[in-house]
Amino acid sequence: MLFGISWDTSSNGAFAVSILPILLRGLLVTIEASIVGFVIALTLGLALASLKSNRRRAVSWPARLLTEFIRDTPLLVQLFFLYYVLPDYGVVLPAFLTGALALGIQYSAYTSEVYRAGLESVLRGQIEAARALDLPPGRIFRVIVLPQAVPRIIPALGNYLVSIMKDVPVLSVVSVLEMLSVAKIIGDRTFNYLIPLSMVGGLYLVLTIVASAGARYLDIRLPKRGLPLR
Amino acid sequence: MDWLSYSEPLLEGAWITAQIAVMSTLVGAVASFALGMGRLARNRALSMFCIAVIELFRGTSLLVQLFWLYFALPVFGQILGLDLRLPPVMAGVLALGLNIGAYGAEVVRGAIQAVPRSQHEAAKALDFTPRQIMWRIALPQAIPEMMPSFSNLAVQNLKDTALVSLIGLGDMAFRAEQIRNFTQDSTTVYTLLLFMYFGMALVLMALMKTMERAVGRWRATARI
Amino acid sequence: MNDNNAIIRFEKVVKRFGDTTVLDGLDFDVHAGEKVAIIGPSGSGKSTVLRILMTLEGIDSGMIHVAGKPLWHQYRNDQLVPAGEAHLREMRKEMGMVFQQFNLFPHMTVRRNITEAPMHVLGLSRKQARERAHEYLELVGLADQADKFPSQLSGGQQQRVAIARALAMHPNIMLFDEPTSALDPELVGEVLNVIQRLSEEHDLTMLLVTHEMQFAREISDRVCFFDQGRIVEQAPPEELFSEPREERTREFLKGFLKASSAA
Repeated sequence: MLFGISWDTSSNGAFAVSILPILLRGLLVTIEASIVGFVIALTLGLALASLKSNRRRAVSWPARLLTEFIRDTPLLVQLFFLYYVLPDYGVVLPAFLTGALALGIQYSAYTSEVYRAGLESVLRGQIEAARALDLPPGRIFRVIVLPQAVPRIIPALGNYLVSIMKDVPVLSVVSVLEMLSVAKIIGDRTFNYLIPLSMVGGLYLVLTIVASAGARYLDIRLPKRGLPLR
Repeated sequence: MDWLSYSEPLLEGAWITAQIAVMSTLVGAVASFALGMGRLARNRALSMFCIAVIELFRGTSLLVQLFWLYFALPVFGQILGLDLRLPPVMAGVLALGLNIGAYGAEVVRGAIQAVPRSQHEAAKALDFTPRQIMWRIALPQAIPEMMPSFSNLAVQNLKDTALVSLIGLGDMAFRAEQIRNFTQDSTTVYTLLLFMYFGMALVLMALMKTMERAVGRWRATARI
Repeated sequence: MNDNNAIIRFEKVVKRFGDTTVLDGLDFDVHAGEKVAIIGPSGSGKSTVLRILMTLEGIDSGMIHVAGKPLWHQYRNDQLVPAGEAHLREMRKEMGMVFQQFNLFPHMTVRRNITEAPMHVLGLSRKQARERAHEYLELVGLADQADKFPSQLSGGQQQRVAIARALAMHPNIMLFDEPTSALDPELVGEVLNVIQRLSEEHDLTMLLVTHEMQFAREISDRVCFFDQGRIVEQAPPEELFSEPREERTREFLKGFLKASSAA
């Protein structure tokens, strides 16, 4: 019994059907963790990106080093670090938040890169022309750069959301009850790992297909030349 | 803060990590080319099979794949009457290799398809067979294109090796967790561990850069 | 023109790309050793003729014979059927092609570009292939560049290597698809010189699609003016260039020949 639902081990078919609602509860947690982690990644990534593009090298170089460090170290280790080290310094977070934070930090390294690439892809000439027209920098950013950068940034970010979803099972090591840990618990108790794990695989395929389709839809709907401003 | 005494078990774990990384990268490289080129094959059954494998491993979580190979496959074997219990090393290398191979397959496919059609035509005019064209003309031109992405995938694979600690393999992450359990000195151990992974990643990136330059020698000679 | 010594014969060849008919029932003969220049506006089908001969494109209907054998068809038990890959591979050996964009293999040295096919298609030993490569590099005047990579050569040099590469396969028919159109003007001459020497010193049958009218006039035995998938007019160069019989030919040539009947 898990989440108050018990399973039926009479036959393989009945077993599969009876654990489905349990796995779906886990799926819900997976989606929640993904979204929270994604939001953290978007925010932290923005902060990192602006630090990295700061003109003072004392600011930009440490930021770049930090980004590289986050990129090149495993999520699992970062998660353990947060989970065990933070309480030693008085910060006690629920496991779910620790997990989402770890996801957010790991992926902020990637999102900061997306922001940087997206901004740089707006041709230099446009910015120079805008300056020549004496437009104030704030306006240049909002009206010229941002509308053109956004259609390029969003599809890349969408892909990272899908990646985050695939990394959520790592959170199982700190007892976050996402899909994989639920399946493993069922397997530990019934000794039938095959059905729960295979179903999780299937559910993941469905999840990533839906999410990727959503990302692709956004990609198609966003005009490549930039958001139109009337 | 006894990090000197931690380094011995951690270094032992690092040796395991390195071995797993090397083996899974090799499996991944072979899988990338096999799946990537198989996807381009004219035989429909083969290309569909490759697409299925690629989408399966790209669309599901690596940890799920690892657990499936280690926990579920034996059960599957029981049904078939076969002993399909994989030792942790094998399950780990296989899961990591196939996972990274599926991503690599798309890199291989893209790079091969990026070789200009005119090259194929020139080769055909010289009466090369399609197989000769692939191996002598297309692939050598595609490989330098693949290297930057392969470099990223190699580092990703190194990071992913940490997951094998979850099926009991004594790699760096496993040892670190053991030490932490014993000493409760989380900060030192995990900081040390993070830097060790970072160091290994830097070495790996330098290695990949060297390879990149080696395979792309003919491109570097362009005159302006 | 319809005698049986034709090394190339097109009979009622039709070629379509989607909805466009590029070759519309083309009849075309070339004799052994003949140098034929093919001129005409873009889209007239001139390059398509060469590409079909080189088996890079198929045909929709009609027959093509090369050296007496069907090109895109083959005989199986005395029945004429569409050609299989093995037959096409045999037929390809008759022809060599030089492309507008040279299409040298960038990852191979000049020498390797030339030896690769003779070794792995014709089965020559490495020694034989290298000797042959040297022979043809001498012919095109680039023997000292054998160890360079294509990216280190100028366009004119690359095209000359491409000519050597095609010749190294000892084809009986050489196809030139606008060989100088992609070159800077000052490099055109060196390539034309090589082609001219080829035409004078060798017995090769040559088909040359080109916009270089003066050159076409100098080296060809016959000039064919193509328009909209058909041969509008064909004649020896002195006739066609100075007194074209068809109105369309005159229209086309007006843009090229400035001085009338300049020898």
